[in-house]
Amino acid sequence: MKVRVDEDKCCGAGQCVLLAPEVFDQREDDGIVILLDAEPPEHVHATVREAAAVCPAAAIELSEGA
Amino acid sequence: MSHAEVERVLHYPMTPDAPLEPPAEWAKLRQECPVARVTLPSGDEATLLTRYEDVKQVLADPRFTRQLTADDAARISDSDTGVFSSEMASVIPDSGEGHLRWRRLVGRWFTAKRMAALRPGIEAMAEQLIDDMVERGQPADLKASLGFPLPVYVICDLLGVPAADRDRFAYWSDTLLNLTRYTQADMDAALGEFVQYMAAHVAAKRAEPGEDLLSELAKSADEGGLTDAELIATGMGLLVAGHETTANMIGKMISMLLADRSRWERLLADPSLVRPAVEEALRFDANSGFGLPRYIPEEAEVAGTVLPRGTTVVCSMAAANRDESVFDGADEMDLGRSPNPHLAFGSGAHSCMGQALARTELQVVLEVLLRKLPTLDLAVPAQELRRVDGLVVGGLSEVPVRW
Repeated sequence: MKVRVDEDKCCGAGQCVLLAPEVFDQREDDGIVILLDAEPPEHVHATVREAAAVCPAAAIELSEGA
Repeated sequence: MSHAEVERVLHYPMTPDAPLEPPAEWAKLRQECPVARVTLPSGDEATLLTRYEDVKQVLADPRFTRQLTADDAARISDSDTGVFSSEMASVIPDSGEGHLRWRRLVGRWFTAKRMAALRPGIEAMAEQLIDDMVERGQPADLKASLGFPLPVYVICDLLGVPAADRDRFAYWSDTLLNLTRYTQADMDAALGEFVQYMAAHVAAKRAEPGEDLLSELAKSADEGGLTDAELIATGMGLLVAGHETTANMIGKMISMLLADRSRWERLLADPSLVRPAVEEALRFDANSGFGLPRYIPEEAEVAGTVLPRGTTVVCSMAAANRDESVFDGADEMDLGRSPNPHLAFGSGAHSCMGQALARTELQVVLEVLLRKLPTLDLAVPAQELRRVDGLVVGGLSEVPVRW
């Protein structure tokens, strides 16, 4: 799984960080998403998928398989 | 819905048959009339959206503005100083670079990490409030004992305003969130007092900064961040948004979970369901309030219907959250539902800035209640719970419980 985030779309809701803190963080100075792990290990795939599905700004893009 | 019925004027918001149930009209509207003409409490007309895709699209679409002060925008209520249309609402930039700058300056205070750091304090506060409630004896009103005070203490702490003033905040919030309950004179007076209070508070923080959000924002204001008017409006907005919504949601969430006690028992058996259960309570809440109004200064299309410029659109997130085309078994409360992309906090660039705080508060309250009062139950039949009427935010007037 490959993860991409769109900082311009991000609205800083923090859902992704609450769900998968191993993969996402937020910048201290404005709350915008930081991608910690662009190719996260398999055991967090389910929560990363959930984070992408519930992101209110649709700022998380996944490509699966590869 | 027959043609005649569609032509009949629908009054919004609609009233449901039971306190925790959605109005029957929602399902019909989603299926047969997703872009519906409705009459608001003011008597003005607006366009109501009830489908998930439409609500989500409009909330994220910058053409649908928050300029409810436009001359031809529908008035929500008879008064014109409510939360959506007051001077206060228009001080904070609505869109573009200005909004982005404001959002990022304030948003840094509501990151998931900061909220996680608040968690132990919120937990201690919840435990204390529950202990006090138990000591006073049963039955008790969970809303007055826990649901209301908890978020108020938290937001007051964050803003650096004294929680001792909470009764005044509660009154000021209610008037700002008015649909039909208060007169224009009540609202004007309350708004005047509230602005004066917050202006004095901002001035005090400038003179003697603390470690709270307003002090920090005041500092950044000196560096070209926010103007005083923006600071005052931000403080007022956060105070209102930070307590009224979550205060009501705590009472509604616990009521929904206890209305069918097998839900409560499922959580007792598996506390790891607390997180998804909170999301499901947010989705399932059929009494979330007015929804979000938007105004289009130019023609726009929704679900194949062309809306003329000057249309006021009301997005019912609560109706959208019951959309069967997105949520399997939408009318069932499924505590393990995942993913749960509900729209309770809105969507897009304006989605709720305090959502990580709200989630933290709701999760903590539920965890602590399950742990401390596993025998908790409603003290009245769920059908007898009473809704708060006449405000933009939906809630229950009391949540009588025993344990």
